[in-house]
Amino acid sequence: MLQVQNIDVYYGKIHAIKNISFEVKKGEIVTLIGANGAGKTTILKTLSKVLKPANGSIILKGNDIKGIQPHDMIKMGMAHAPEGRRIFSQMTVLENLEMGAFIRKDSKDEQQKDMETVFRRFPRLKERKNQIAGTLSGGEQQMLAIGRALMSKPEILLMDEPSMGLAPILVDEIFNIIEDINKAGTTILLVEQNANRALQIANRAYVLETGKIVTSGDAKELMNKEEIRKAYLGG
Amino acid sequence: MIFIQQMINGLQIGSIYAVIALGYTMVYGIIKLINFAHGEVMMMGAYFAFLAASAGMPVWAVFLISMVGSALLGMAIERVAYKPLREAPRISALITAIGMSLFLQNLALVIFKADPKVMPRIIPTTPINIGSIQISNITIITFTVSVVFMILLTFFISKTKPGKAMRAVSEDKEAATLMGINANSTITLTFAIGSALAALGGILYALAYTQVAPTLGVLPGLKAFVAAVLGGIGIIPGAMIGGFILGFVETFAKAYISGRWADAIVFGILILVLSVKPTGILGKNVREKV
Ligand SMILES: Nc1ncnc2c1ncn2[C@@H]1O[C@H](COP(=O)(O)OP(=O)(O)OP(=O)(O)O)[C@@H](O)[C@H]1O
Ligand SMILES: [Mg+2]
Repeated sequence: MLQVQNIDVYYGKIHAIKNISFEVKKGEIVTLIGANGAGKTTILKTLSKVLKPANGSIILKGNDIKGIQPHDMIKMGMAHAPEGRRIFSQMTVLENLEMGAFIRKDSKDEQQKDMETVFRRFPRLKERKNQIAGTLSGGEQQMLAIGRALMSKPEILLMDEPSMGLAPILVDEIFNIIEDINKAGTTILLVEQNANRALQIANRAYVLETGKIVTSGDAKELMNKEEIRKAYLGG
Repeated sequence: MIFIQQMINGLQIGSIYAVIALGYTMVYGIIKLINFAHGEVMMMGAYFAFLAASAGMPVWAVFLISMVGSALLGMAIERVAYKPLREAPRISALITAIGMSLFLQNLALVIFKADPKVMPRIIPTTPINIGSIQISNITIITFTVSVVFMILLTFFISKTKPGKAMRAVSEDKEAATLMGINANSTITLTFAIGSALAALGGILYALAYTQVAPTLGVLPGLKAFVAAVLGGIGIIPGAMIGGFILGFVETFAKAYISGRWADAIVFGILILVLSVKPTGILGKNVREKV
């Protein structure tokens, strides 16, 4: 599905991503974990072409994305639920979901069906569909951000800290939903601070430290590694 | 009776300020730039209308040519002057806007010369008497046409796909891009619509004052800017409300206080409102949830 080969990303002189390679296979949940400032968001933004890598290549479904415009990435089947939700806070819930379906050319009926699917997953959004999104609670906003990303029917979904700032019960709910979305056929690249939960649902994981991948492997095996437990899982 | 007469005059000039203010506010909303060349687009729009009218075109063609011509001009201004500065500090773009404003004024001076041109009467003026009140048909046309375009714009922004894209880009360009919205073409579209509305204001202004000159856009442009800020810059209904308030204040100040003081009063009100409510009448201090 996605192959990242030897990419470097700079912010001016700051070398944020250092020669990183990884891959996500069709149907997987892969997680990138790492401390604050490790470069997780930078990687996702690079995949979405919001940032340009200085070198290396990114192959999505067999095609190098080098020449693709940022706004065309979603047409390639990649959706991105960005860090901090970034919903359109002055638009209604419904309009936010419509923006998620912006590139779709199929019938209104088809889109309506997918909207109903989102509402079935997040009944709270349905109750609030005409509410201005900025007035939703943090958890509801996160649900909206995920629902919005799903409206493009992505083959691969990039999620940047979907559990950030949520109460523990909601965190469980969000992780269940991520698993569900994956079971329904969407490949997922998940960035998380909550390494424990992320590793529980992921197939594989990459551990990032100051712009470098230091460890990678099967998610369950990593969970049992002494140094990973110490550094990321609180003992 | 004088009061009602002044109300009507206020509606006429207010609706002109309102349509011009819309362009200021839309452009500000989407790229956070005060487009100081906006008044000059209005002026060029008036000249386009003058040229079309002088060539004997019918009324609808005069409006169409002026508005389309100005839309193209606005798109060109954005492409040449502002787009290269998209990532530059905001002050650079602001200075460029002032430069563009002066450039267009001087361009008009070179092409059309300094002496004002008389706008052909494409719509014959006929006074309409209602009781003891006399209203010019131009007043009614100005108000009606402006309101129709405001309704069309409101519909466009709230209901159509490109209109929603415009709101999305205004709110969060990067998130809009992730949704597949082409931010650049959305910004271009915003300039086109804002400039066409400026041209509409220019034609209506030229019809009301029957003259077109290179400095035509300066004062109405400035007042429309004040109207946009007064209503809450970046907020579309705010620009409309601000425009009408400005129109009323100006006509009443002229009628009841003094013609010479009218502009000072207009700007005084701006300062007053902003010191009480810095975000303008409809502006709210949105606190983002983190
Ligand atoms: N716009 C920017 N300009 C300069 N440096 C930046 C910028 N954005 C990020 N950085 C730097 O790049 C590094 C990686 O940042 P990034 O946001 O990718 O981290 P992260 O792993 O997502 O962290 P967090 O878990 O806190 O979200 C950090 O050192 C950060 O300071
Ligand atoms: Mg991050």
